[in-house]
Amino acid sequence: MRNDVVCKGVLVPGLPHPLLCPEKNEGWNKVRKAYEIARKEIETSGAERIVIYSTFWPSILGHQIQAFPEPEWVHVDDEFHALGSIPYKFRMDPDFANLAVKTCEARGLHARTVSYYGFPIDTGSIVALKLLNPDNKLPASIVSSNMYANRAETIVLGKSIRDAIEKDGKKTAVVVVSALSNRLHTEAFEISEDKIHSLKDNEWNLKFLEYLEKGRLEDVSQLSRQFHDEARVPKVVSFKPFWVMASIMGQNNLYDGRVLAYEPIWGTGAAVVTLTPAEDTAGDLEYDEDDPEFYKGDREVLDFYDQPGMGPLEESDGD
Amino acid sequence: MSKGEIVLGALAPHPPHLVYAENPPQNEATSEGGWEELRWGYERLRNSMSDRDYDVIIVHTPHWQTFTGTHLLGVEKFKSLSVDPVFPNLFRYNYDLKVDVELAKSIHDEAVDAGLPMKMMENPDFRIDYGTVTSCHLTNPTWDKPIVSISSHRSKFYFNAELMQANMIKLGEATRKAVEASGKKAILLSSNSLSHRHFTVEPEIPEDMSKEHVTNHHQYLWDMKMINLMREGKTKEMIDLMPDFTEQTIAETEAGSLTWLISALGFPNYEAVVHAYGTVIGTGNAIVGWDPRKAKV
Repeated sequence: MRNDVVCKGVLVPGLPHPLLCPEKNEGWNKVRKAYEIARKEIETSGAERIVIYSTFWPSILGHQIQAFPEPEWVHVDDEFHALGSIPYKFRMDPDFANLAVKTCEARGLHARTVSYYGFPIDTGSIVALKLLNPDNKLPASIVSSNMYANRAETIVLGKSIRDAIEKDGKKTAVVVVSALSNRLHTEAFEISEDKIHSLKDNEWNLKFLEYLEKGRLEDVSQLSRQFHDEARVPKVVSFKPFWVMASIMGQNNLYDGRVLAYEPIWGTGAAVVTLTPAEDTAGDLEYDEDDPEFYKGDREVLDFYDQPGMGPLEESDGD
Repeated sequence: MSKGEIVLGALAPHPPHLVYAENPPQNEATSEGGWEELRWGYERLRNSMSDRDYDVIIVHTPHWQTFTGTHLLGVEKFKSLSVDPVFPNLFRYNYDLKVDVELAKSIHDEAVDAGLPMKMMENPDFRIDYGTVTSCHLTNPTWDKPIVSISSHRSKFYFNAELMQANMIKLGEATRKAVEASGKKAILLSSNSLSHRHFTVEPEIPEDMSKEHVTNHHQYLWDMKMINLMREGKTKEMIDLMPDFTEQTIAETEAGSLTWLISALGFPNYEAVVHAYGTVIGTGNAIVGWDPRKAKV
């Protein structure tokens, strides 16, 4: 095992079924059990903190980081409210949230903490924390997913989070909450016969899982744009979870990957995957994507802000 | 029982900034004002409602997003705190509201008969979205009327804007039939902005109006195109243009709220009253009323 301050990476789905009704479907129950294995991996990894990036928490004003010390509420999912309520009380890490805002700002990002009683923590983060950290043994931090951010901004966000982790030096497990393919069934179906919405979605999910099982996280990150086109309902501008995960974990392929479960939840591709830093697994490839260190803001194709000055116009046309 | 009717339809956008700027006692955050043009527009809308007897407000809200059909509130009372996940610094609103569950079920049943996937939301712990709270507060700050809240079925993302429109036209017709069968008088609210590209940063003082403007000129031109069609009573043309408008300005009409409203009103060919147009953190917002009495004239 490679020694790294980010000692574990975990991908989990965020829909509430494995938490609220795993018994209703064999696959949902397998996902629930996989959560339990992932929880044990985090516990034995030496992690002192969990940092969650949730695709279920969209933000507009830059990047928001939860800083309320002990958020407590009874949550109901917008979509699956009939499954029941989820009471929760979590333990956050406000010091880390404040530090992460500073490291984000140092790399040009707009970021802020949110610390308000009653703030609506998203279903995905709630499910992940209830199942991965049920007794609040570890303090947690939740980072939003900016709806307008594309790759450069997301890579810089990941680097900023890593900066903060390195600064305080606490071993951290990074949890990314996201489905693979995200197309839900939109019509009634027999619960026991839940399946991935389409064969194409399934093929792309399997392709990504094959990479992850080989520890090739950076390769998956580099392929995220294509995955977004092929297997995602385009509710947001891009598929960001692996960009941020790879960026926080160091942008390489040096991991031991374990696919603990891959099952359909309401048609979506629900996988639980753990990644542990390793000495030598898959090598890095030659990549096309840029590797930005600093975020310079939105730039358009025809943006002239960075262009050299044109100088004064000639007083005559030279005739 | 006499036949029910829709006594007013309104485009009633829900930027939480407008509630924040009003400083109502229900909201924990306080401000020095801001966005007066839009707030005065809401005042004009409320004045236009003052001579209207009505029993219920029906709101279609983009911020209750559902992907497995359209959902409706199905519990009689809700009392809790609504915190905006995007602007929690501005909107932490203590609501206490009543729901007309009977009418909600009637809309549900009519829509099911029309072939739409529908669901009643019957969990009493459910938290009301800030779109519903904001549009209803700004339209009826006393909350003395029950509401019906309808979720935004995001079929645009799963299929395309045309299918979303077709579904929302059916839902609008189902809503009208249910209102007519109920014998009640209803005000309908489409709780959405027009162009919807936000700034991604906020001024240090959120209500600093020297920083407020539309995100880009292109959005403004599209907003004016749609508003002029409303003013001219050309709502069928407006609905035809909606997919392009939504695509070009990432408009919040993607939620289907405005299409639902126009359908429920029977595609009015009379002039709408534009009470205000203004921007909030770069997005285009219009407050517009349709008075069916004009159609009768």
